[in-house]
Amino acid sequence: MAVKINVKGEVVSAYLSGDLDHHSAGMIREAIDAAIELNMPSLLVLDFSGVSFMDSSGIGLVMGRFRNLQRTGAGLHITGTSPQIYKIMKLSGIERLAKLDIGGFKVENNQ
Amino acid sequence: MKTTNKFSLTFPSYSTNEFFARAAVAAFITQLDPTLEELNDIKTAVSEAVTNAIVHAYKDSIGTIYITAELMDDHLIRVRIRDKGCGIEDVEQAMQPLFTTVGGERAGLGFAVMESFTDRVKVRSTPGKGTVVTLFKRLNVRVKAHAGS
Repeated sequence: MAVKINVKGEVVSAYLSGDLDHHSAGMIREAIDAAIELNMPSLLVLDFSGVSFMDSSGIGLVMGRFRNLQRTGAGLHITGTSPQIYKIMKLSGIERLAKLDIGGFKVENNQ
Repeated sequence: MKTTNKFSLTFPSYSTNEFFARAAVAAFITQLDPTLEELNDIKTAVSEAVTNAIVHAYKDSIGTIYITAELMDDHLIRVRIRDKGCGIEDVEQAMQPLFTTVGGERAGLGFAVMESFTDRVKVRSTPGKGTVVTLFKRLNVRVKAHAGS
C-alpha cells in the first residue's frame, strides 16, 4: 500500500495504491492528515484507481477524513472506485451524503 | 454435505497477516474457477473476520488465528475463522451495522460486509474463550465450453 500526495492551490489529492486494509490504513491516514493539517485545503480528493483491494477499513478511512474536513467545511471528492470498492462504499451509506459521478462520487460539506 | 477439499492455516494475529490470510483463501478457492467478483467477495469477508480477531479478540495481545477453508458439493465454500480471544458478550449487538466498541477509525461494518458479501454468516462466541465465524458462499456454476462441441 502506498499513497502519493499532490497539492495544487487549495486542492489536496491523495492517490492510493495497493491493498487498503486495517494494517495499511494507519499509515495512509497519517500521511493524509498531515497534508490536511499543513495545507488546509478547501477540497480533498481521494483517488482509489490504484487500489487493488479494500475492506471496511477503507470506509473508516473515508469517514474519518470526512469528519476531519467538516471542521473547516472543506469538500471531499472520492474518485476511481472499482466495482468492488463501490460495493463497500455503498454499504456504508456514504453515498446518501454523496453525489454520484462516473468512477467515483462527490461528498459535499455544506458549511 | 460432503467436503471435497480443504486446507487449514494457523498464524499469529499480526496485522500484516491480514493480507496473507485473504490471499491464501483466495488462492485455494481458485480451483473452483470463481468469477473475479466472487473471489473479491470472499477475500473481503475473510479480511473482515481476520481483522476482527486481530482488533477485538486479541486486543491487548498476540494470539493464534485458525482458518479452515472447505470446498463442498455444489460449489459451496465454507470458511471458518477461529480465535481464542476475549469473545463477544452480545453477538447480536456486535453484528449491528455501525456498532463498534473501539470507535475512532473503525467503521463498525465488519459483520455487515461479511453478511452482504457471502450467503450466510454464523457466529459462535463464548466470552473469555473465543469466537468462531463461519462464512458460507455458493459459487454460481458457469457452463464450461467443451472442446470440439
